[in-house]
Amino acid sequence: MKKLVSFLLVLLLALGMFAGCSSSTTEPADDGASDSAAAADGNVVYIGVFEPASGDNGAGGKQETLGIQYGHAVQPTVEIGGTEYQVELVYADNQSANDKAITAAQTLTSAGVSVVLGSYGSGVSIAASDVFGDAGIPAIGVTCTNPQVTAGNEHYFRICFLDPFQGTVLANFAKELGATKAYCLAKQGDDYSVGLCTYFQQAFGEGNCVYETFPEGTSDFSAYVTNAKNQGCDVFFAPTSTEAAALIIDQAATQDLGMPMLAADTWDSNVITSAAQGKDNIELYVTTFYQEGGNAEFDAAFKEWINSDETNLTNNNGNDMISGLSVMGYDAYFVALEALKAAGSTNPADVMAALWDVTYDGITGHIEFDDVNGDAVRDAAYVKQCNTGTGAWDFVKVQYAE
Amino acid sequence: MEFFNANLPYLLSGISVGGQYALIAIGYTMVYGILRLINFAHGDVFMVAGLMMVYLSTAVPIYLAVPLVILLTVLLGFVIEKVAYKPLRSAPRMSVMISAIGVSYLLQNLALYITGGLNKNYPTLPWISDTITLFGATTRRVTVITPILTILLVAGLVLLINHTKTGMAMRAVSKDFETSRLMGIKINNVISATFIIGSFLAAVGSMLYFSNYPGVTPTAGAMPGLKAFVAAVFGGIGSVPGAVIGAFLIGICENIIKALDTILMQLGVIQSGLGLATFSDAFTFVLLIVVLVAKPTGLFGEKAAEKV
Amino acid sequence: METNNKRTVLITALALLLLYALAVVLDLCIPVTSSWAMLLTVIQKGSVYALVAVSMNLLNGFTGLFSLGQAGFMLIGAYVYAMFTIPVADRMSVYQYYDGGLIQFYLPWPVALVLAGLAAALFAYLIGLPVLRLRSDYLAIATLGFAEIIRAICQWDKLGPLTNGSNVLRSYTRFSSMEIGGLSLATLAPVALASLCILLIVLLINSSYGRAFKAIREDEVAAEAMGINLFHHKQLAFCISSFFAGVGGAMLAMFASTVQAAQFKAAMTYELLLIVVIGGIGSVTGSVLASFLFIAASEWWLRGLDTGTFLGISAPGIFRSGFRLVVFSVIIMIFVLFFRRGIMGTKELPDLFRRRPKAGRKGASQ
Repeated sequence: MKKLVSFLLVLLLALGMFAGCSSSTTEPADDGASDSAAAADGNVVYIGVFEPASGDNGAGGKQETLGIQYGHAVQPTVEIGGTEYQVELVYADNQSANDKAITAAQTLTSAGVSVVLGSYGSGVSIAASDVFGDAGIPAIGVTCTNPQVTAGNEHYFRICFLDPFQGTVLANFAKELGATKAYCLAKQGDDYSVGLCTYFQQAFGEGNCVYETFPEGTSDFSAYVTNAKNQGCDVFFAPTSTEAAALIIDQAATQDLGMPMLAADTWDSNVITSAAQGKDNIELYVTTFYQEGGNAEFDAAFKEWINSDETNLTNNNGNDMISGLSVMGYDAYFVALEALKAAGSTNPADVMAALWDVTYDGITGHIEFDDVNGDAVRDAAYVKQCNTGTGAWDFVKVQYAE
Repeated sequence: MEFFNANLPYLLSGISVGGQYALIAIGYTMVYGILRLINFAHGDVFMVAGLMMVYLSTAVPIYLAVPLVILLTVLLGFVIEKVAYKPLRSAPRMSVMISAIGVSYLLQNLALYITGGLNKNYPTLPWISDTITLFGATTRRVTVITPILTILLVAGLVLLINHTKTGMAMRAVSKDFETSRLMGIKINNVISATFIIGSFLAAVGSMLYFSNYPGVTPTAGAMPGLKAFVAAVFGGIGSVPGAVIGAFLIGICENIIKALDTILMQLGVIQSGLGLATFSDAFTFVLLIVVLVAKPTGLFGEKAAEKV
Repeated sequence: METNNKRTVLITALALLLLYALAVVLDLCIPVTSSWAMLLTVIQKGSVYALVAVSMNLLNGFTGLFSLGQAGFMLIGAYVYAMFTIPVADRMSVYQYYDGGLIQFYLPWPVALVLAGLAAALFAYLIGLPVLRLRSDYLAIATLGFAEIIRAICQWDKLGPLTNGSNVLRSYTRFSSMEIGGLSLATLAPVALASLCILLIVLLINSSYGRAFKAIREDEVAAEAMGINLFHHKQLAFCISSFFAGVGGAMLAMFASTVQAAQFKAAMTYELLLIVVIGGIGSVTGSVLASFLFIAASEWWLRGLDTGTFLGISAPGIFRSGFRLVVFSVIIMIFVLFFRRGIMGTKELPDLFRRRPKAGRKGASQ
């Protein structure tokens, strides 16, 4: 009897917590299964969406997924070899963790997808790469910028620029800001931030950089901010995940950092703008793939689509600001459709062969792959500054590597 | 003087985070003193208190949310003890510790589910989140408030332990569990009181901590929890003042380690960085192993006779 | 007695051969893109977890030492294995920030696997010197701390030429790239390796050392009085357990295709501990069963709880990312609170087939 009572108590505790909090939570906009009714005639092609929906990179992953979903909403069918196919998205959450990425990728390969899109975050893409490779399924990286993702394999492509390029662009921009000594902050065990810091230092001059890493789970960044000040740095480079970014910005504002902050594509998010809004001693620049206003027609339609659904709005962090990530997701979806058309079949091997020659003029610019690794040929990045008054991004310039 | 001014921020944030660890550490040390249980879930109770504040502050005004969070956290600590530890009172100690790990796993996963694994912004508490200037260093008011509040709360707690009946019962139970039961002390009440006090301090600690570092994630409680436990061991487990001193020490050391490269370069000892900041967390555990090996009873712990 | 022993050996050998044959057949029949491919994953990952869980059980269940350092030893094993089996040609691209790294040779995988275990055992020996003298719960927290220290050291930038710092190690020999004459060993290799290691542990448990371990678990003072050298035996159990944890870590690396220190968190140790508890503390069979159940449930059966549809019930509002883990932790809590003895208690597989005269007599007398 006693056991029964405490057993019920455990259940009650668990249920109580759901009930208490579920009202303020969100669910993924689409679970894949709901489309199946539309595809009754049997001609269905599956596209895998390999993105984090939780963990460190969950916020960015959701925004990227949002772009893919919008692409799907705009163009839910594709003509392959003369037949009309219904496109169905299959989702796998890699939880921003390299060890979870493998089985997440396996759920995609065993679901019979023809091509995979993703992921946000290079580490998970590298970890899952062999799973896709073994299954012979091509993958299109959306914003995984680390060179290792595509190096030495034939199945991983990507439509974004690479870290050596991005690091150089950022270093050049730092020099243009008049900086002579840079503080670089990366997260331990994070391929993305460590890689970017390395390339930044190479371009900026290693002697002029102070490089430090923080352990996972750090929330006290005050010492790092003080370090940057005490070392006499005049630019603060921190290409971390958005989760750490919000805390870093907060500390920088509290301690009055007094130097510009630089970051890369991950910080192009409304998580950052809302963290920096109202903190007028923050001067913050990011490099990214797209600047809102670059294509007014697309912007308006996308905003309307976001606002039409409560879940989309929550997945986009509660407002309709367009993240470069979403636009890249949108472009990646259409590149996948182009590849399917060119392949003329839903067989992954054919799609992989066709991908090498795919060209597509997307919202973020012209996309085609080089012949060596399957990387997109890109030579420009947008630099944006956070307007701490309005909490929006102001366009600064287009920056080239040279 | 210039050296002092440049490095004051490290000390300030060290003391502040130390005070927050201290408030968590008391929960560990009291529970361990009475039940001989490392309450692995305590750090997660701290995290849940943070999450409650995030959600409650959107529903009710702050002045209502603060007492409500404290109340709910205390309730959570109380319920966890009743559900997960009380049924195992006669079980081997390992089972209870496993149960604690299970509760910790449950709380973290619940938080993961509810937040979707995303970072939640902690609401700005009025007044304590304001920026102030102290000896030329800018910081938040909470940085200064924390050590003062911690010391006040601890003083109150020590008074309670030494001068009330409940306190006397607590001391008796932690000295000898069985005998105090024979003496007519209601063990379950004493244990409940311990968990209530521990959770109350954890709730206060979470408000101070998250006001300083305003991001709550499902694992936000794990590291502070472990560090607070180390602080409790360092000060001598079962000793409240020991835990507080240990916590301040760990908080300060941790910040100095993060700054060590910079300080050493200022002093001209090294020319380029060694990347020592990598070890800011690991250092705590090195300290733990050293203390356990050199002086297992900690700074103020009493030498307990091993019961056979 | 003699014939009995022979029979046991024969049965064990037959069972293992059958198991291996099954692994090969399954591997041949199920292509990676079929919806049953998850079964192979579960078998592979489950084997790895089974080995690590049994090694943890050797320490926590059979010797009564409550250690939480398993993830740290797995990390050492995984890193040692990966560092030595990356082909020299690939080192430049893996160690891209460290000019190809320090190690410029290549070891065959069985050698690296043993080396991985030995490295973990060596670390266990060193760390055991101070911490094994501590009381049970202090030992737990000290070993947990040790695992955290190891993780930080592996990620230290200055050790980058060896460990690749914060970056992943990859391109080493994996299960899925193993084959003999075109026959894939992707499933056979982990099953065979794990079963052989577990067999070794079982032999150890049934030896005089194993009996000494159990004596220490039951009562340290009495064991010492019987002439068992406490520290020596604790150290032995700790090193052996860590050896197999190291091998398990290496196997996890072989399964996963990339290794990074960040994944070997305390949470991993907790998961293993919970597997041991579900299986039954002190039962090898239980640990093995629980490992496969745990992996199958978390990677395969319960996945629907995360993606919206489970057992035909579609409720995307409740069944969303993370719900699987919540259900999981509730199940675990139920085990911890109400079925403290786990699935098997302290019973082993052969016990299930034996007649239980005791129970029968009890029933008759009533």
